[in-house]
Amino acid sequence: MSKLRMLLAVALMALVLTPGLAAAKDFTIGLILVGPYNDRGYSQAQYDGAKYVEANMPGAKLIYLDKVNPADRPGLTIPQVVDDLIEKGSDLIIAGSDDMKDGILEAASMHPDTTFIHASGDSVWTGKAPANLGNIFSRMEYAKMMAGYAAAMTTKTGKIAVLGPLVNEETRRLVVSGYLGAHYAWTQVRGKDAKDLQFSVKWIGFWFNIPGVTADPTQVANSLFDSGHDVLISGIDTPEAVTVAKQKREQGIEVYAMPYDYEKACEGQGDVCIGVPYFNWGPPFLRIAKQVQAGTYKPIFEWEAPYWANINDPDKSSVGFMPGPGMSAETKASLDKFISQLGSGEVNLFTGPLNYQDGTVFLKAGEKATDKQIWYMNQLLEGMEGLSGAK
Amino acid sequence: MKRDSFLEQIGWLGAALGLALLLTVLVALPAGAPPFETIYVLFKGGLSSISKIGRVFSVWVPLTLCAVGLLLPFTARLWNIGVEGQVIMGAIFCTAALRPYDEGGMMQIAIAIGAGMLGGALWALLAGLLRVFGRVHEIFSGLGLNFVALGVTLWLIFGPWKRAGVASMSGTQPIDISLWLPKIGKLSVSWIGLALTITAIIAVYFLLHRTKWGLKLRAVGENPKAATLFALGPRRRLLQAFMICGACAGLAGATQVLGVYHRLLPAISSNYGYTALLVGMMASYRLGLVPFICLFFAILNVGSIQLPLQMGLDSSLSGVIQGVMVLSVFIIQGVRMWVREREEVD
Repeated sequence: MSKLRMLLAVALMALVLTPGLAAAKDFTIGLILVGPYNDRGYSQAQYDGAKYVEANMPGAKLIYLDKVNPADRPGLTIPQVVDDLIEKGSDLIIAGSDDMKDGILEAASMHPDTTFIHASGDSVWTGKAPANLGNIFSRMEYAKMMAGYAAAMTTKTGKIAVLGPLVNEETRRLVVSGYLGAHYAWTQVRGKDAKDLQFSVKWIGFWFNIPGVTADPTQVANSLFDSGHDVLISGIDTPEAVTVAKQKREQGIEVYAMPYDYEKACEGQGDVCIGVPYFNWGPPFLRIAKQVQAGTYKPIFEWEAPYWANINDPDKSSVGFMPGPGMSAETKASLDKFISQLGSGEVNLFTGPLNYQDGTVFLKAGEKATDKQIWYMNQLLEGMEGLSGAK
Repeated sequence: MKRDSFLEQIGWLGAALGLALLLTVLVALPAGAPPFETIYVLFKGGLSSISKIGRVFSVWVPLTLCAVGLLLPFTARLWNIGVEGQVIMGAIFCTAALRPYDEGGMMQIAIAIGAGMLGGALWALLAGLLRVFGRVHEIFSGLGLNFVALGVTLWLIFGPWKRAGVASMSGTQPIDISLWLPKIGKLSVSWIGLALTITAIIAVYFLLHRTKWGLKLRAVGENPKAATLFALGPRRRLLQAFMICGACAGLAGATQVLGVYHRLLPAISSNYGYTALLVGMMASYRLGLVPFICLFFAILNVGSIQLPLQMGLDSSLSGVIQGVMVLSVFIIQGVRMWVREREEVD
């Protein structure tokens, strides 16, 4: 019995003596990343965005936890991570991934005094969000259209493929955007027959490779190249598409690839890399952090368009397309024109007639898609190859 | 057969911990991590607040369930390496039992827990039958069945149980909050999980040490041929041991679904089955040590996220440190065997 009492006493003392962790601070951002902070993809883009806030907002401090997913961190749930981040003094919690959708709702309702941002979520729109949770995402659709456009300008075989992550509304609308850009370049700019353009997507099952669980992106990329596709657009968080393309090049096969998410993903990859559609989280994170600090932030659903005057402006555009060494000068010139047409609204690719993959009507002739129609894209489009959902 | 005294075992455990510390220092220094602070942060990260202790116990519950369950087949000298798959199968059965309900209460939770235990027990029975009648060694059948169980999970998540309009390995539709295991206040752990685990520990203790069944099981383990001669029914007993272990593992899987993730996902087992095997080996399958070693692993698991959060260390370092700790236990066990053999030779 005395042993037990002593144990209890020690435990209590440990609790009492543990110094308060929340020291004096100005403004702390707690960031939850789904992948490694240095993945040269989705997670690194968010990490860099938060670092940008640190550099541009006096007193701002970043704490983060990366690889927050059940495969990498068994037993760890989103509400638990949030508890830790708040204990360490976070004033603003940013959850980065679609995968955290349910967990962040739970966490936000447990901590009503802290502001939460779920990047890529839509719970404010659907009305599920508590009053302290907002959504932010960039209109990556435009950059994916540019990627599809550049792919169709580059391909020699007319066969373009997408290395897709999992299938949901977000990934369907991004792949559809790529297809629309490619279709436009192929038919309107190159003047070719739509029938000669093959646009296929293969899904691996998650945002990145989980050995034994997802399809292996390296193998999928290889098989896509082997079946005659010469341009591969990546939709996953990690850079396998470019790596495989480089290997194919070394074997003397002329192929190209487009990574995703991270501005510098083409750097050092040589001329297999046509360009990269990327997120620039710095400006939106900075704006929200300042609003939260000032107490003026109202949780809303935000879906930010590129800064059209210069989509690669690091301080203004939350989404961009960075041309890589693999893009020819002609493609570059014609892409610039396409970008300005997109920006001015002269070209709106989400205009009917467009059919879903099963032949039903998505947009009637001349009809323009609403934001909700685009966000909740529930099938791929007619003319695309690949699964719209699970089999 | 000579067994070490309890004190001796503690001594060896202490040696293992010492070696673990030493190896950690060797690993941490080149990584630029101050070793002692790293270890301090690891442990503090699991113990420094009530909410963290709650989290430690939410890891401890499934891990301990698996580890105490494993004692039964081990008493009969069987390595139920299929425990991992039994956790997964428990989670699958548990999720299946909840699918008809959009919401519910204690009744549905009880049904789901029962289903989980049934799933684990059946999956273990399969390994047992293969062992007893098919003469397939339980390590091979267990490993195989683990892969099959994972395959079934992947198929269910990507196929029949997919979320509407989604094809993702991130998991099935979450269950309604009314079907979650009730938490203790704001802590991660549920009193139901804790109560079931403590019950399991006591039940296994009684089965092994206070019943004829346990005595006969031990006899079967020590000498199967004699067991047959003395009509102890070794086959039936082995299958029963497998099934009870499977039921514990299935219960662990059910707590993962009902209490932690609230849905079925590919990593639902959190590798607790394999970890429990390590726990069993570290404890030399002594029931008294098992809950504490599980606690140790749970603290490390919870504390590990403090390394990136607090010290800016790459988070894979915590995995390395955990690996080093397990490895050092086995090194020490190897040394111990060697010492014992030398003693016997002398």
